[in-house]
Amino acid sequence: MGKTLFDKVWDSHVIEKIDDGPDILFIDKHFIHEVTSPVAFVGLKNRNLKVMYPERTFATADHNTPTTNQHLPIKDRLSAMQVKTLEKNCNEHGIDFWGLGHKKNGIVHVIGPENGITQPGLTIVCGDSHTSTHGAFGAIAFGIGTSEVEMVLACQTIMQQKPMKMRINVNGELNPNVTPKDVAIYIISKLSSSGATGYFVEYAGSVFENMSMEGRMTVCNLSIEMGARGGMIAPDEKTLEYIKGREYAPKKNEWNKAIKYWSTLKTDEDGIFDKEYNFNGEEIEPMITYGTNPGMAIPISKSIPKAKKSESKSSYQKALDYMEFNEGDKMIGKKIDYVFLGSCTNGRIEDFRTFASLIKGRKKSNSVNAWLVPGSHKVLKSIRDEGILDILTQSGFKLREPGCSACLAMNDDKIPKGKYAVSTTNRNFEGRQGPGARTLLASPLVAAATAITGQITDPRDII
Amino acid sequence: MAYDKFKILNSSAVPLNIDNVDTDQIIPARFLKATERIGFGDNLFRDWRYNSDDSKVESFPLNNNIFKGKILVAGKNFGCGSSREHAVWAIYDYGFRAVVSSFFADIFKNNCLNIGVLPIQVSDSFLEEIFLEIERDSKNTFEINLENQEFKIKSSNKKEKFDISAYKKSNMSNGFDDIDYLINKKDKISAFSNKTRY
Repeated sequence: MGKTLFDKVWDSHVIEKIDDGPDILFIDKHFIHEVTSPVAFVGLKNRNLKVMYPERTFATADHNTPTTNQHLPIKDRLSAMQVKTLEKNCNEHGIDFWGLGHKKNGIVHVIGPENGITQPGLTIVCGDSHTSTHGAFGAIAFGIGTSEVEMVLACQTIMQQKPMKMRINVNGELNPNVTPKDVAIYIISKLSSSGATGYFVEYAGSVFENMSMEGRMTVCNLSIEMGARGGMIAPDEKTLEYIKGREYAPKKNEWNKAIKYWSTLKTDEDGIFDKEYNFNGEEIEPMITYGTNPGMAIPISKSIPKAKKSESKSSYQKALDYMEFNEGDKMIGKKIDYVFLGSCTNGRIEDFRTFASLIKGRKKSNSVNAWLVPGSHKVLKSIRDEGILDILTQSGFKLREPGCSACLAMNDDKIPKGKYAVSTTNRNFEGRQGPGARTLLASPLVAAATAITGQITDPRDII
Repeated sequence: MAYDKFKILNSSAVPLNIDNVDTDQIIPARFLKATERIGFGDNLFRDWRYNSDDSKVESFPLNNNIFKGKILVAGKNFGCGSSREHAVWAIYDYGFRAVVSSFFADIFKNNCLNIGVLPIQVSDSFLEEIFLEIERDSKNTFEINLENQEFKIKSSNKKEKFDISAYKKSNMSNGFDDIDYLINKKDKISAFSNKTRY
């Protein structure tokens, strides 16, 4: 029987199958950050255990760090404590720590790929649900809880039941100004925020084949927003081209062996999926969310729909009440107070290039507060080197320092209560970007168009 | 981390009849700053439980004295979003030992099983009956029997079976976790780690 890409990678990492229980899965690479790791290290200490393979774990500070004045000590006492604890734990156990100011520091799912740690065929985990990002390289990558972080530190394994398999095919060609973010939000709006729960997704079809590696990362990143454990895309020439020469990439003879193996990592013709969806890329428009989960999304030119029959009426109304929107409202023209560009979803150099391409020669609206946060120091460096910073500055935008920032608003970057933010992030949950904040998820292009006009704007109307 | 053994639980329940409750609602990110697992229950459902001036939202079920118990009953797709285990720590620390819903998000469910909170998935119609039962009288009790994998509405004696793997069931009823199991497999793991895939 044929195997899927997912089967091939999963099965080659199973150390033991437990009867009526989970598989013991070997983990190749593990990322940790300051928020979900400290209790795992406390657990190790209580059990008197060491980290089994410290060279397989990489640490960064990103979730709870300031995005201004990173050269100064962190002001927030608790945040400072978390970062210090991470550093101490890493030193004690011999783990590479890329803290604030380190040239490799940045958001965990940005720095993994850009340093070549993320590679096809690997199992990659992190105590963060957007670990699915790394699936863009044909790796099995997913988020885990802190108990599992402790397991990986202690035993380089986790115990999980093999999920079901889903393939999502998007064929055809995307229209101009439709970005990978729009493709992902479109899919989530069709499947709902729980439509892929229990599944691991493979994305296939010409739209993904033609997509850049960074675009693929955005799509895989958002897999969790429809409930999937993760999403992956078979490696191809673009994947190899992206990885080659990066610091942790295989070199010389190892590279040749690696690419031979990677070329086998694709779904066999007779590979079987438990569920399959087909979409037409030409039908996808720039998307925006109007509610309080990422499935509540529509093409930007459309009006807010009535509750679907499958939805609980009260939950739907609760979401609209929170947003102070009504069924039938048009999205275009709604006043926006904040624009946020960044996060593990859309904080890479291509996202900044896209944003800059639209704002170039235009001015930021005075009524909009714009927060632009690069995903890493390397992204920040490219923004400077490519002259994007000059374009941003001339248009009235300022750049902050790398981190997760207002995506989850753990640090001081909080959207104030009641304010509306068009955000390139991944979650529009109540209060996600600050208590009472109202988030509308969209692409970097929609964010740019909105930053210029101060109201929700279809980028196709001003390009 | 060791936790209390789970065998049979008899308790009234607290209803939260909302769908798609995400982990940012269960515990907002600004309360994830601790470096030890202490006190998360105080901030369980923080922004639904308290107004911005820290006064209680009287209508929220956790603030309503008629609702008590070790069972939380919630709408479908409970625990979606962030992988933060802090959400389950908060639920446990508040005093819940079981969460009932008609659908759980994957990572949340795993996190529950890893720290000794039993996630019980029931049918949509049975979930509706449970909510009605609490509405009729909030003192009505339920029985969870882990060994038989059964959730019972005691007044009517109506039961529904729930799924849990034999492995996880054994862990829950003995208070074991996965590391207790894995620690004996280290030789096998280290042999595997030397295997190259290319």
